[in-house]
Amino acid sequence: MRFKGAARLKGEARAPMILKGAAAAGLLFLHLPILLIFVYAFTTEDKSYQWPPPGFTTKWLSVTWNRPDVWEALKLSLQVAAASTAMALVLGTLCAAAVSRSKFFGRETVSLLVILPIALPGIITGISLRSAFNLADIPFSYWTIVLGHATFCVVVVYNNAVARFRRTSASLIEASMDLGADGFQTFRYVVLPNIATALLAGGMLAFALSFDEVIVTTFTAGQQQTLPIWMLEELVRPRQRPVTNVVAMVVVLVTFLPILGAYYLTREGSETAGSGK
Amino acid sequence: MSLALPGGPAKPSWLGSLSDGLWRRPGLTIFLMLLAPVLWLGIVYLGSLFSLLIQSFFSIDEFSGLIKREFTLKTYRELLVPANLDIILRTVTMAAAVTLAAAAVAFPIAYYAARYARGKWKALFYIGVMLPLWSSYLVKVYAWKLILAKEGILNWIFSALHLKGVLQAYLGIPVIGGNSLSVSYTGTFLVFLYVWLPFMILPVQAALERVPVNLLEASADLGARSGETFRHVILPLALPGIIAGSIFTFSLTLGDYIIPQIIGSSRLFIGQAVYAHQGTAGNIPLAAAFTVVPIVIMGFYLWVAKRRGAFDAL
Repeated sequence: MRFKGAARLKGEARAPMILKGAAAAGLLFLHLPILLIFVYAFTTEDKSYQWPPPGFTTKWLSVTWNRPDVWEALKLSLQVAAASTAMALVLGTLCAAAVSRSKFFGRETVSLLVILPIALPGIITGISLRSAFNLADIPFSYWTIVLGHATFCVVVVYNNAVARFRRTSASLIEASMDLGADGFQTFRYVVLPNIATALLAGGMLAFALSFDEVIVTTFTAGQQQTLPIWMLEELVRPRQRPVTNVVAMVVVLVTFLPILGAYYLTREGSETAGSGK
Repeated sequence: MSLALPGGPAKPSWLGSLSDGLWRRPGLTIFLMLLAPVLWLGIVYLGSLFSLLIQSFFSIDEFSGLIKREFTLKTYRELLVPANLDIILRTVTMAAAVTLAAAAVAFPIAYYAARYARGKWKALFYIGVMLPLWSSYLVKVYAWKLILAKEGILNWIFSALHLKGVLQAYLGIPVIGGNSLSVSYTGTFLVFLYVWLPFMILPVQAALERVPVNLLEASADLGARSGETFRHVILPLALPGIIAGSIFTFSLTLGDYIIPQIIGSSRLFIGQAVYAHQGTAGNIPLAAAFTVVPIVIMGFYLWVAKRRGAFDAL
């Protein structure tokens, strides 16, 4: 018979060194490239991607600050993200409430329909929307971008809301009804406070998703430039390397905030936001 | 007795009767709730998807360049010419390679996070995967452009370690090599692996979290060495998670057209072919036929995955 130490019995075994090493190497692989962006934002070299940087300067920050095209692109991106998030919040919550409250014919189909825009490769969503706009003679505008973004943002809100609805007990709603509240009061004073943080988390993730989207946007934007489209132009034909470096760093910082926020809001639950991008 | 509901009895009566009516007809309530989202997704999304798929059965007139709107399978036959088959084969091979590599790199991270990390470390692992997952796709690609550039950090490391010869020898290998890393399949592969890796880690970790520790102890008690426990206990239980992750890595690689355009050789992938045909060439039917390829492959893949129980691990 073999006996194991008490620690082992509690499942608190020590990890083998090789596993520790592989896990650490994997995490480094995930993070070092992003850290590199922060170094390049301050390099004095402006013609190539030279490593190590010959010197460091903060002048590119002010150069970028004074670039109207960057500001225009940023403004459009923020406007699109705000509008698509708002639409996704309404559509996603309605869907989640209907799917989690009752069993009805076609329930599975509805949840498949919500997931489809993100399950199929983005290029398919993009080219379908574009060809549909062409067929219907709809000119590209701010709203064509929003239309595309809202379509795939619904799923993020939906996932967060469904998970929270599942955790919310139905007897709370019955109690509210028993105490004389009508359906709208129940929604306002019982349901909404319960799902608020899940919606906030879902909304933040939808915002981050829309803010960063490029594949669908290239098909629905026409001549307009969102920030990711601006980045893409620079990636294909680099003209303003230092400015691109700074913009890349700012984008990383801006997307970190909603992610950390969404994590913070949902960390108590078994469902944590963001795992279903 | 008045109940202390905020905003209680002052409600207009029509709202109240509307609410009562909806309560009595739950079917109608569900219908009204679903109306907007289903109309949106059904008309905007499915509508455009079908309008695209229908166009794959049209064809383009070689002389005028106009689209002939009559049913034909000619466009699909065009898909089977060697040049286009090459594109499909290249993309599927890349997707498979990326998927296998992602599973190998993701497993230790997921296993450590699921079994050994506790408390603070667990949160750290979680955020450590979540931040790269959600940080900007283009910024990640851009970072690799910096890394793989001729004057970039990777070449610098190789020359600092006096390993330039090794790199040159590697780049000399046909197919996976090339003039430099940033224009080789190896470069494309590395970027794909990097960008999709978090999508593999999360489902594998979710599957591993559900493996009871006493199963591993039982296996050890029965005399299995750790390698045997891994092969016969852990791996089969983690498989649904790996399949679930592979759905993402496979599908995302199949549809991507930006990564191979920025880092890679000039040979096309499916996404780039779609983009080129719908754009400058104006050949929407062929572009549509090309998009059917990933849809069919993913449909088959999802069917197999469902049979292996991968969706429970999502």
